[in-house]
Amino acid sequence: MISAKYRTLFTVAAAAVLWLLAAGQPASAAPQDSAQIVIKEFMFAPNSLTIKAGSTVTWTNKDDEPHSVVSDTGLFRSGAKDTDETFSFRFDKPGTYHFTCSIHPKMVGTIIVE
Amino acid sequence: MSDEKLLQSRRNALKCMAYGGAGTLFVLAGGVFTPLDLARAADDKPGTARLGKPLFVQISDTHIGFNKDANPDVNGTLTQTIDIVNAMAVQPALIIHTGDITHLSRAAEFDQAQQMFSGLRTTELHTVPGEHDTQDPTVTEYFNRFGKASGNKGYYSFDHAGVHFIALINVLQFKPGGLGTLGDEQLAWVTADLKARSSSTPIVVFAHMPLWTIYEPWGWGTGDADQLMQPLRRFGSVTVLNGHIHQIVQKVEGNMTFHTARSTAYPQPVAGEGAGPAPLKVPADQLPRMLGVTSVSVVKHPSSMAMTDTTLA
Repeated sequence: MISAKYRTLFTVAAAAVLWLLAAGQPASAAPQDSAQIVIKEFMFAPNSLTIKAGSTVTWTNKDDEPHSVVSDTGLFRSGAKDTDETFSFRFDKPGTYHFTCSIHPKMVGTIIVE
Repeated sequence: MSDEKLLQSRRNALKCMAYGGAGTLFVLAGGVFTPLDLARAADDKPGTARLGKPLFVQISDTHIGFNKDANPDVNGTLTQTIDIVNAMAVQPALIIHTGDITHLSRAAEFDQAQQMFSGLRTTELHTVPGEHDTQDPTVTEYFNRFGKASGNKGYYSFDHAGVHFIALINVLQFKPGGLGTLGDEQLAWVTADLKARSSSTPIVVFAHMPLWTIYEPWGWGTGDADQLMQPLRRFGSVTVLNGHIHQIVQKVEGNMTFHTARSTAYPQPVAGEGAGPAPLKVPADQLPRMLGVTSVSVVKHPSSMAMTDTTLA
């Protein structure tokens, strides 16, 4: 027979699983998707990304050198992001968006919003 | 100086550079570039005296706000640099900072840097921004503090002791995938500015990114610099000073001498070594030998310049 203590633990665990399922639900069903771009060794990875309109892209700098994310059209400008700092932008309209690092303009990338 | 002595000194200078040693002295006389090493200069006091009064000291890439392994104490190394400059027997008339004053363009970093610069005995400071100084979303932190000389444009000129100084900005109009850019407006301005000068006027041009292509894959150059060289060519003495690459690289072309300064904060790898120009971690005892400043004097005024690179150790 399960003791009261274990029953409580089980209930908590079950609740946690349900909560996780519930939390996971909107991500798959709702239009807001998210995507990640890692900045490492002076490169955007991936440097080309296709997403659905309404998705948010988050860039994370994993270099010891600061980087930035700047739209070629001026739509967004992250400012200098140091090691482990992030920048997010939500793309609402379909189109092709080019971006660069304004500290190292050799670094370029593209977001395609469908 | 005899040819043999010249050769000897050149050999010594090369030896000195190979060691990454305590400093190298460069004499530019009538467009002929003659390096001498500091040890020799110390043995030849009358010769050193001939070098005259230091006109200015170039400080570069102080990167206030940087705190990674390559140098956790950039404030400390800038303080050491300032101490070296303040200890010069004859104080330079000017200090020129060739950019990357800060690491992340943050207000607190600029404030810290300004407070430290106020410790310099020489109070006349001329600056140009590096790309690390212009990253704040409104690009105003640098100009709010240092924009007055240029009317917030970033480029300006001034005269001192018969030398014409031109400060240029090549970090604002980056082309994606490209190099630094001066832009048409600035190029038209500098062409007009030079038109009024006689060819015998010594010219000192300074900007953050190198004004010649050192290494294209890392963006170490300025895409439209050729258009700047056109109006400079007729001058008898042109000294082009840059920072950005945290190491000394030089080139002489006709009457033009190109020189990049060391950083006071951290070294960077030589072109092409590694994924990119990231801070270079070196053993602690080696670091001070890779940081430093450049001192520039007028020799046989006003026809030539001498450059001295000094490290922190």
